[in-house]
Amino acid sequence: MAVRTKSARRRQIEAAVLYPIDWLEERSGLVGGVKYFLFRKVPGDVSWAQTLGSASLTAFIVQAVTGVILAMYYTPHPDTAYESIQYITNDVTLGWLVRGMHRWGASVFIILMFLHMARVFLFGAYKYPRELNWIIGATILILGMFEGLTGYLLPYDQTGYWATIVAVNINGTAPFLGPFIAQFLTGGAEFGQDTLARFYSLHMLVAPAAIAGLILLHLYLVIRLGVTSPPWSKEAAGEVVVEPSGDGRAGLVRPGARGTGK
Amino acid sequence: MEPHGPEQKPHVPAPSLWPVGFAVGVAILLTGLVVDWWIVLLGAILAVAFGFLWVRDIGVEARAPVDEIEPETRPPGGPGAAAMPVMTAVEIERFPRSKFLEASTLGLGGLIGGLVTVPVLGFAVLPAFQSAGDPEADVGPLDAFPEGEWRIVTFLERPEQGEVSRRTAYVRYNGMLDGQPSFTTISNNCAHLGCPVQPSGPVQDDQAVVDDTSEPPVTRIPAQPAGGFACPCHGGAYDTEGNRTAGPPVRALDRFEYSIRNNRLVLGQRYSVGEVRGQGKDAIIVKYGKMTPGVHVDGPEQILYPIEAPQ
Repeated sequence: MAVRTKSARRRQIEAAVLYPIDWLEERSGLVGGVKYFLFRKVPGDVSWAQTLGSASLTAFIVQAVTGVILAMYYTPHPDTAYESIQYITNDVTLGWLVRGMHRWGASVFIILMFLHMARVFLFGAYKYPRELNWIIGATILILGMFEGLTGYLLPYDQTGYWATIVAVNINGTAPFLGPFIAQFLTGGAEFGQDTLARFYSLHMLVAPAAIAGLILLHLYLVIRLGVTSPPWSKEAAGEVVVEPSGDGRAGLVRPGARGTGK
Repeated sequence: MEPHGPEQKPHVPAPSLWPVGFAVGVAILLTGLVVDWWIVLLGAILAVAFGFLWVRDIGVEARAPVDEIEPETRPPGGPGAAAMPVMTAVEIERFPRSKFLEASTLGLGGLIGGLVTVPVLGFAVLPAFQSAGDPEADVGPLDAFPEGEWRIVTFLERPEQGEVSRRTAYVRYNGMLDGQPSFTTISNNCAHLGCPVQPSGPVQDDQAVVDDTSEPPVTRIPAQPAGGFACPCHGGAYDTEGNRTAGPPVRALDRFEYSIRNNRLVLGQRYSVGEVRGQGKDAIIVKYGKMTPGVHVDGPEQILYPIEAPQ
C-alpha cells in the first residue's frame, strides 16, 4: 500500500479552510455540537418514515422565511390590507411566488405534522420515555393550527373576514370563559381596526416564537432520547445482534422500540 | 451506587381501567352540553369519581412507606478539602450567605419581572374589555320609512375606523303605538355564529338611497323579506320578527335600541333577544344584554354564561 503524501498546496488549502472552523470550535464548541447532532447514532433500520419530522421542520422554516419577506410589503390596516396583498401578488417581483409558497406551505406544514404524528403513533414512539415529546409535538400542532386561524384573516377578503367572525364566535360559545376569549381575540366588543392588528401580531410574533422555542425543546429531547426502531425491527427484538460501537456514548439513553432498554 | 437514569428504573404506573371510566365520564359531560344539563351532571360525577380513583392508583407508589435512610454524619470537609476552613454545622447555619444571595436574587428578579409584566399584560388584555358600547347612529328622517315597509339600513358605526365598522339593520316602521312611532330594528348578525343574514325576498338594490343628511351618510335599500331572513353560512332561518324558524341558531336575532330625535330615527345599543311574541308594534320582546352569537340567553343553558362580557 502506497503511502499517500499530501502536496504542499493541498496542505495550504486545508489549513486555510480549517483555520476559521478551528477558531470557532475553540471559542464556542459549536462545531463539535453540530457534528454530534448530525453524526449521532440512530438505529440501523430507520427508513424514510423517520424523515417526516425533519420535513415538518423544513416546512416551518419555509413559512418563517417567506413570512418575514411578506411582512416587508404587508400593511395590517383594514383600509389597506387587501390592497397590499394585491400589490404583493401583482406588482412585487416574484411576490406571487413568495405569497403562494406561504399560502400553500401553510397546508404543507400542517399535513406534514399530521403525517409525522401518525408515524410516531403507529411506531409506538410516543411511549416511555418519550411521552413529554409527544405533548410538546401536540402543542406545536395546536399552535400551527392557530397560525392557520390568524393567518386566514390577513388577506382581509370576504372569506377571511367572515371565517374569522365565525371562528371568534365559536370561541365565544365555550362555556363560562367563552365570551371573554372572543372579546380578547377581537380586541373589543366588535370586530374592528384592532382585530386585524392583533391577529397580525399573534400570527407573526407570538405563535412563531412559541413554535420555534418548542421545536428546539422537541429536538433536544429527540437527541437526548434517540430515535426509535420501527416496531418490526429485528435489531430491537434481539434477533439480530449488533456489535456495540466503541465510542461509548455515556448518558445517551437509547431504549429499544418497545422500551425494552437494550 | 445505584445506576441513575430513567432507562434502568422506569416509573410507569401499573395498568388501570379507571382512565376508561374517566374518559366515558368526560364524553357524557360533553354530550350533555349539547343535550341536557342533567346529563352534564351525570358526566361530571362519573369523571370526578373515576378521576379520583385513577389519581389514587397513581399515587399508591408515592404513599408507600419510605425506607429509613441513615442521616449523613460525616463532618464537612474531610480528605481532599483540607484547604477549606472547617466550619461546624452551627456556623454554617448562622451564616447562610449563599442562601441570602439566592433569595435576594430571586426576590429582586421576581419583583422587577412583576413590575414590568403586570402593566404590559394589562395593556395586552384590558383594552379589549373597555368599550364605550355602540355609538348612536342617525339613519334618516321618519318619512323615509313608510309604514309596514322594510328598509335595509347600512351605516358606519365608528366613522373614524372606516368601512370595517359598517353595520346593517333591517328596519320596519310599524305605525304609531300610544302616540309614539314604533319600529322593528333587527341586526343582521346571525344569532348562530355572526354571519350576515339576508332577506328571504326581493331586494331593490337599484332603488338604494344614499342619504347624506346623516353624518356619516347612511344607505337605505327597500326590501320585501316575505320569508323572513336566512343566513348563507350554516342555514339558520328566521321569521320577519327575528324568531328562529330553522337551522342552528340558539335564539332570535339581535335588535337595536332606537330613539326618535328631531323627527329622525337614531339607532343605539344592540341587545340580544330570547324570543319575540306577537308581531310588529304589538310584539313582546324578551330582552337580554348583548351576548356573543351562539350562546343561550334563556333556558337552562344560560347558566353556562353567567357573566356578561362588558360591552
